[in-house]
Amino acid sequence: MRSILHIDMNNFYASVECLYRPEIRNFPVAVAGDPLNRHGIILAKNMLAKKLGVTTGEAIWEAKLKAPDLVLVPPDYKKYLRFSRMAREIYYEYSDQVEAFGLDENWIDLTGSLQYLRSDPVSIANTIRRRVKEELGVTVSVGVSFNKIFAKLGSDLKKPDATTVIAYENFRDIVWPLPVGELLYVGRAMAKRLELIAVNTIGDLARTDVSILKRKLGKWGEILWLFANGQDTSPVRRISESEQIKSIGNGTTCPRDLTTEQDVRLVFTVLAESVAARLRDCCMKCRGVQIFLRDSSLFTISRQKKMELPCCTSAPILETAMELLRLHYRWHKPLRSVSLSAIYLVTANKHTQLSLFDDTAERLLVQEQIEKTVDELRYRFGHNAVLRASALLDPKLTGFNPKEDHTIHPYSYFR
Amino acid sequence: MKINLKVNAEFDTDGTIRPTSIVWEDGRVFAVDRILDIRKAASLKAGGAGMRYICRICGRTVSLFNDDNHWFMET
Repeated sequence: MRSILHIDMNNFYASVECLYRPEIRNFPVAVAGDPLNRHGIILAKNMLAKKLGVTTGEAIWEAKLKAPDLVLVPPDYKKYLRFSRMAREIYYEYSDQVEAFGLDENWIDLTGSLQYLRSDPVSIANTIRRRVKEELGVTVSVGVSFNKIFAKLGSDLKKPDATTVIAYENFRDIVWPLPVGELLYVGRAMAKRLELIAVNTIGDLARTDVSILKRKLGKWGEILWLFANGQDTSPVRRISESEQIKSIGNGTTCPRDLTTEQDVRLVFTVLAESVAARLRDCCMKCRGVQIFLRDSSLFTISRQKKMELPCCTSAPILETAMELLRLHYRWHKPLRSVSLSAIYLVTANKHTQLSLFDDTAERLLVQEQIEKTVDELRYRFGHNAVLRASALLDPKLTGFNPKEDHTIHPYSYFR
Repeated sequence: MKINLKVNAEFDTDGTIRPTSIVWEDGRVFAVDRILDIRKAASLKAGGAGMRYICRICGRTVSLFNDDNHWFMET
């Protein structure tokens, strides 16, 4: 039986802000984006704000209705990254198997290190909890269990600053009465589908015949059934094992609505440059492009297209994205936010098939050299050392640097 | 309360940093007579986190913090 901890930093962004500003600690506090740039949603809130009903993801005005004296703080990602790193440094003292799930959550597998630490998982959980509080000044809640899914569930049960144990002997008593939505990967849509077959609690899910679940929900049915029965066997990654990258994307909510194709082209140019530069950083090429478009009524579509030649330069990515836009967007409403992702990634050192009849592939290689040179220049002299002329058409729209501004990566459990 | 300070420090060959004197807001310099404790810690009172040096300065025990290379004293 494995010993796994899941450590969740409570109200992470808000806790860090409250640590640095003792004067706001006793008020409801929320970390929110800049409303002037139309990034005005709640990113995190402290306990007092939570009690008043402020939720992550809602607009600032909605939150203000619930908590009129809400203190709003702009996010400082550099600080959060530093705290996330400092916390992980503590975790690494207890195991080499530490896997991050976002900035504020980590799994730790103690199975191999328990004999050297001469301790038990619960004491280690409590030690880590005390150390993070003393050294970082923020609280964490810890779940202790025998698989990753239940460890995560446990860390969500008691907050803040608490340890919850879900042992093999008693997991049925603790986990099974919980609503099925508490399980990782059961979102709103999945919960609704499960409700239709009379599955309301995790226990219901565990007791349902797996063949029925498979028929109704496909492969997910079986995976969730295994989760509910405590049979998740996914390992906690070691330090040395880096994850396989499946896509690289950047997106932005624009300071004003995009009304013309030209507007979108400007923003896509910046995004494509960033995506291409990040592809080159990872020595990858993409064989497809995916775009996300969200209009002013927050209606979102996503479309993707494969490319003939794998590339890591901005021009083909941009052109494919524009092609997708022209094909799939009818301009009923102006666009509020757009994103661009490189998908179907392959390693860059794979040989390219050149054509006898045209020189597209060769020109791509030349372009690659040019862009690598630009990367070099930007690395040495800063991002603004080399800019496209198009970036000057509307500096407000294009005046952002997704490659360096973008630091928070979405995470998937299945990698 | 948090008092941001200019600090003179000694960087040892093994990478450790020890403050040797502090420069007060009015320019007066006070020598660090003794360092009693060095550890990572958060300062809830002043608001910050980093390496904490509990020092004896002019007969008083004070906590100096190196928070990402910004030094402050907790009072």
